[in-house]
Amino acid sequence: MASELPPEFIVKIAYDRCRRCKRCVMNCSFGCMQFTDRVVPEHKLCVACQRCVTFCPEHAITITKNELAYKENANWSPETRQNILKQAETGGILLTGMGNPREYPILWDHLLVDACQVTNPSIDPLREPMELRTFLGRKPDRLEFVESEYGEIDLATEIEPQVRLDVPVVFGAMSYGAVSLNVHRSLAMAAARSGTLMNTGEGGLHKELYPYSGNVIVQVASGRFGVHSEYLNTSAMVEIKIGQGAKPGIGGHLPGEKVDEDISKTRMIPVGSDAISPAPHHDIYSIEDLSQLIYAIKEATDYEKPVSVKISAVHNVAAIASGIVRAGADVVTIDGFRGGTGAAPMVIRDNVGIPIELALAAVDERLRSEGIRNNASIICAGGIRNSGDMAKAIALGADAVVIGTAALVALGCRICQKCYTGNCAWGIATQKPELVRRLDPQVGAGRLTNLLTAWSLELKEVLGSLGVNSIESLRGSRERLRGIGLDSQTLELLGVKPAGVGQ
Amino acid sequence: MKCNCYIPSGCSVSGIMSESGRRQDGNAIIESISLMHDRSNGLGGGFAAYGIYPRYSDLYAFHMMFDNIAAKERCEEYLKDMFDIVRDEEMPTRPGGVYEGVTAGKSEEEGVCPITDPPILWRYFMDVPEARTRFVSDREYVVGQVMEINSEVEGAFVASSGKNMGAFKGVGYPEDIGVFYKLDEYKAYIWTAHGRFPTNTPGWWGGAHPFCLLDWSIVHNGEISSYGINKRYLEPFGYKLELRTDTEVVAYLFDLLVRRHNLPIELAAKVLASPFWEDIDRMPDRERRIATALRQVYGGALLNGPFSIILGHSRGMVGFNDRIKLRPMTCARKDDMLYLSSEESAIREIAPDLDEVWSPRAGTPVIGELDGEVI
Repeated sequence: MASELPPEFIVKIAYDRCRRCKRCVMNCSFGCMQFTDRVVPEHKLCVACQRCVTFCPEHAITITKNELAYKENANWSPETRQNILKQAETGGILLTGMGNPREYPILWDHLLVDACQVTNPSIDPLREPMELRTFLGRKPDRLEFVESEYGEIDLATEIEPQVRLDVPVVFGAMSYGAVSLNVHRSLAMAAARSGTLMNTGEGGLHKELYPYSGNVIVQVASGRFGVHSEYLNTSAMVEIKIGQGAKPGIGGHLPGEKVDEDISKTRMIPVGSDAISPAPHHDIYSIEDLSQLIYAIKEATDYEKPVSVKISAVHNVAAIASGIVRAGADVVTIDGFRGGTGAAPMVIRDNVGIPIELALAAVDERLRSEGIRNNASIICAGGIRNSGDMAKAIALGADAVVIGTAALVALGCRICQKCYTGNCAWGIATQKPELVRRLDPQVGAGRLTNLLTAWSLELKEVLGSLGVNSIESLRGSRERLRGIGLDSQTLELLGVKPAGVGQ
Repeated sequence: MKCNCYIPSGCSVSGIMSESGRRQDGNAIIESISLMHDRSNGLGGGFAAYGIYPRYSDLYAFHMMFDNIAAKERCEEYLKDMFDIVRDEEMPTRPGGVYEGVTAGKSEEEGVCPITDPPILWRYFMDVPEARTRFVSDREYVVGQVMEINSEVEGAFVASSGKNMGAFKGVGYPEDIGVFYKLDEYKAYIWTAHGRFPTNTPGWWGGAHPFCLLDWSIVHNGEISSYGINKRYLEPFGYKLELRTDTEVVAYLFDLLVRRHNLPIELAAKVLASPFWEDIDRMPDRERRIATALRQVYGGALLNGPFSIILGHSRGMVGFNDRIKLRPMTCARKDDMLYLSSEESAIREIAPDLDEVWSPRAGTPVIGELDGEVI
């Protein structure tokens, strides 16, 4: 049966400018562009990935929304109607990619940062040192010292392993398989250049990237793909993935057609077989089970690496995070409901979880009130779009933030949300060699490094305007944030005063 | 009246210490701080003095401020329950006291600013009942009581709570406050002073400096831009930050780091005004290890923003600046005397002939220590 779905987008070609070079035909990985005697778009196939638009030498292509497809209705949006038609035709779960795109409030945009005037001078980051160095890992509550027989003081407390970040941003977990090897290459090189970390995601680490071990978080997820002793030890940090912000409580599925020779070796599964990550870890049904896995990993890595536990931001996130810290985790990564994904059921992505701003504020406050905030670092993930979000997240209490989507956008992603199709025209979420080739890892690493450099510079400007010269003085300093357009309960949950109120 | 508005402050500071423990009266410190009259605006001044109560040196001397007689009665009930009160008396004062000497800012037109409308000022010399300290140390117990009174007893405020020391503070110019409290009649081996220029004034006596807890006293010129996180860092350790001024975090941080965590004062100063990473990276191995660990573990205690601070405690005096020296501090030595001040002139005023005068580097503490016992 032919689909009744109207095209989502209309591709307009300015034929007077088109010189019939067929570049758009070659670039479109969704098969939308046909060439007869001229370029003829099949509108229904267009996903608005902007590949053809970007590469048309004559700028002869524009893509517009198919506005006239439906009669206006505030309740029944075109998307809602379209989804019903899709399900009526297929009987399946609606699949989608990237983070929650719905119009929920973005609390970052309701927070404003303070600045100095007169009584405390602002600091010029171009003239004065401005420190962003951050350490992830469990810290003791206090230090003890001993005095040697020569009267020299030395440290008596043994500090657990710490991972140093030169910029408080790490790259998000995106597995090899979901993204291409060239993405992993770009992330690893950029992390090394910028003094930060990339995260393997749940698909293992390609052998070629083992030299970047000092800049890699290796993930252990419910499928345990690619997890072996050498993998765990080829890392700066190990992360146990319990949940993902885009799909809390949901597992993952990498279709067999993406499992080529290299992915098969990296994930340790046969070529062409589906890689299915169960929703829960089948050896973790309680907090004490989690603790066992944390310590199993610590044993396997000789207690030389911090162990992180990543959870999605759900209603009871504060209590869960507290349990995770007490179970032995050195880092808690919280992934908010705006967090990205390569593939998730739409109903989960769009309706499950809570905003990262509230989750972060609740976790930081909970750990402090229990006196265990020093025992773990907090990494904030899911929906960090710019350095302003980063500064606000740090002020709410995060040690570092994660960027996944922002990093992919730097690599070319246009957030068309078709990651799960394997046709990514930008060479990101695909394993097709002719598409993967489009992303040059050297260029990608350069662009990611630029992004982190730019954010570092911007963060230093924010610190300078706040009159502080070190990231520690922003971290958790909610006094320097004010809320605007937020109700009193939200303000209370965020621990932030409304704009207009002084100190 | 405990005020509910936050008070950023400008100000002048001055400190005098005899490292050999010689005690001298308060005239010199009043003279020193009065020279910096223009650095304050008449909305707060105060002094801390060490060695002033030799007869009661084993007892906790609580300098109290009460809004009214009912508050005093409420608080006394509480103190009687919690302590053995050995002696209590009204603080000796000269109501309407005015500094007679010449101050830079005083003119005929402005007139003089006598000290008026003080709260009820009372001092208590108290012992801690043994039965109350079976599970905590004396000092931990006293800290708990100070927090309790300041946060829970309406209209009562503990100005100082150490042994053989006290804080004398109020609303007015510091030199007038000094005369008001009859500091010429006390003898101390450490004197610190503060003249205040608040940019937001509730006119509250308790809001003047120094801020004291046990024998710690802080006078502070500047603003702690990291106040928000310092406060949140301290709260889980049981400190109640009720005074809504950034200065109290400094007193509590020293109490936490030195008294409770046993850090040497030099290291505590390195926590509050830590070296920069670029300097730490160049340190020899042992020092780098220590400095790195201090920053990793005590990041929440880092003080940021412009400040010059004089910390007093029963064994010495410490002056230090923020990490990029956004507020002034000059130091000088003459024989056994150590002088710290916002301005060199305020030292020269009382000790024109000095062995050594210098401005310490940003973040580098200047430490005065008692050589032996107090004379």
